[in-house]
Amino acid sequence: MKAKILEYSTRLGDDSLVLGHRLSEWCSNAPFLEEDLALINVALDYIGRARMFYGYAAELSADGRNEDDFAFMRDQREFSNLLIHELPKGDFAFTMLRQLFIDLFNSLFLPRLAESSDKTLAAIAAKAIKETRYHLRRSHEWTLRFGLGTDESRERAQRAIDQLWGYTHEMFDLDALESELAEAGIGVDSGALKTEWEQQVSAILTEAELEQPGEQWAVKGGREGYHTENLGQLLNEMQSVHRAYPGLEW
Amino acid sequence: MSEDLEAKFLRKIEGEEKIEPKDWMPDGYCKNLIRQISQHAHSEVIGMQPEGNWITRAPSLRRKAVLLAKVQDEGGHGLYLYSATETLGISRDEMIHALQTGEAKYASIFNYPAQTWADVGAIGWLVDGAAIVNQVSLQRTSYGPYARGMVRICKEESFHQRQGYELMLVLARGSDDQKALAQDALNRFYWPSLMMFGPHDAESAHTAKSMQWKIKRQSNDELRQKFIDQTAPQIDFLGLDHPDPECKWNEERGHYDNGEIDWDEFYDVINGNGHCNRQRIEHHVRAHREGEWVRAAMQTYEARKKKAKAA
Ligand SMILES: [Fe+2]
Ligand SMILES: [Fe+2]
Repeated sequence: MKAKILEYSTRLGDDSLVLGHRLSEWCSNAPFLEEDLALINVALDYIGRARMFYGYAAELSADGRNEDDFAFMRDQREFSNLLIHELPKGDFAFTMLRQLFIDLFNSLFLPRLAESSDKTLAAIAAKAIKETRYHLRRSHEWTLRFGLGTDESRERAQRAIDQLWGYTHEMFDLDALESELAEAGIGVDSGALKTEWEQQVSAILTEAELEQPGEQWAVKGGREGYHTENLGQLLNEMQSVHRAYPGLEW
Repeated sequence: MSEDLEAKFLRKIEGEEKIEPKDWMPDGYCKNLIRQISQHAHSEVIGMQPEGNWITRAPSLRRKAVLLAKVQDEGGHGLYLYSATETLGISRDEMIHALQTGEAKYASIFNYPAQTWADVGAIGWLVDGAAIVNQVSLQRTSYGPYARGMVRICKEESFHQRQGYELMLVLARGSDDQKALAQDALNRFYWPSLMMFGPHDAESAHTAKSMQWKIKRQSNDELRQKFIDQTAPQIDFLGLDHPDPECKWNEERGHYDNGEIDWDEFYDVINGNGHCNRQRIEHHVRAHREGEWVRAAMQTYEARKKKAKAA
């Protein structure tokens, strides 16, 4: 079971780190200064989560690895983040709509994980719930601003939704490991969250006068390391310094 | 009438009283402040670029988080200083326009490239360090909102400086490669940091009036000396070579002597021909332009909400 929890915590760490990286790319590129600061805030929350999940994985591995070994010394085929996190940051509408979908998911997922019988996972989730509440307030508000703003903002938001939609389904899939952990009361049965998530998405999009895509398509594979080309590039950049001088303290 | 006002203003300055936004002030004082505070704000904002350029490559997660938080602080300083400047009757839009057209300046130090990871350490230690020397002095500046801003900002800058120095210390005590990175970063950033204090007092265009109005409290050369004095033992403690071979303790003066700064380079970079001058402004202009539709959407949405509320 320990090995399975290690794997689970690593996956959640990968999700957090990769999304945190994408958010951090906005630094000095945001539409106005206040938004630079807010995006850095959210990025910091995700980097913080990654450190906690990896830290726990490292502890469970008991083989001398630390959080940085998980972040910097694994290749993209070993990274197991869901694909939605690795898609390039795109325009501001893409970034905020991705946040909306993920924030809504996390606002359902984290309270369940906070009830995990695994005390560490539960504690990490409990801390993250508060952050996610703030993230969701932001992404909700921005969705309204886009949808009820100008023609251009509405078009950009709609395009983002259409581009993202097929990557949302993966959030609700469980493989054998996740099913087993869910049954054991350690992990979350994310499949059971889908209906509620869809209702909430639908309510917000309706409020913003945006359309929920009818077309059903799904791209999947992140948990098995079957990634888009974007992750390899992201990791090349992220791991470059660490790997150029292996085995050192920073 | 206006003579009375000016006399009263000068009496206040004389008596170390703060000038507040609603107080009468000479036009020149106001203009001088707008120039200085907005330049300071722009420096904080443009300064996000060289360090921000390393966020995605930070070699450990802890360093990544620390750097993100630091760059966020700098942006916060920018915001705070923009607000302080707005108390003088200029809008943020006007200030941004001045920055983007080159009418307003920002600290020239940010036109030097942050080439390696060690530069993040050197910037925190030396650039934030030099900024603090300047800002501690400005805590006593005569304009109230600026003085209070400096008190708040200085606390965070000290934190940045300690973090930068600690980063350098780890490198300097690390592998040969790391030590070489640290030395190289020090060599490249030492002289530009000295230039942050501006030209020699004799050549400084703004110093005299600024000193009289107590906007500036200490001269460029005094502040530079302070920085040279505090930095020499820090370099020593790192076990790195001092980039200025003429930097020696002078018992008689009670200060370190130093070699002459390359003023040609200083003016070259000031005049827009450093490694990154064009890139920094282009970056700012691009981000601002790309954000235009976002700001428009926000305005339209707010207007719509207001209208709905009124109806
Ligand atoms: Fe600052
Ligand atoms: Fe700073």
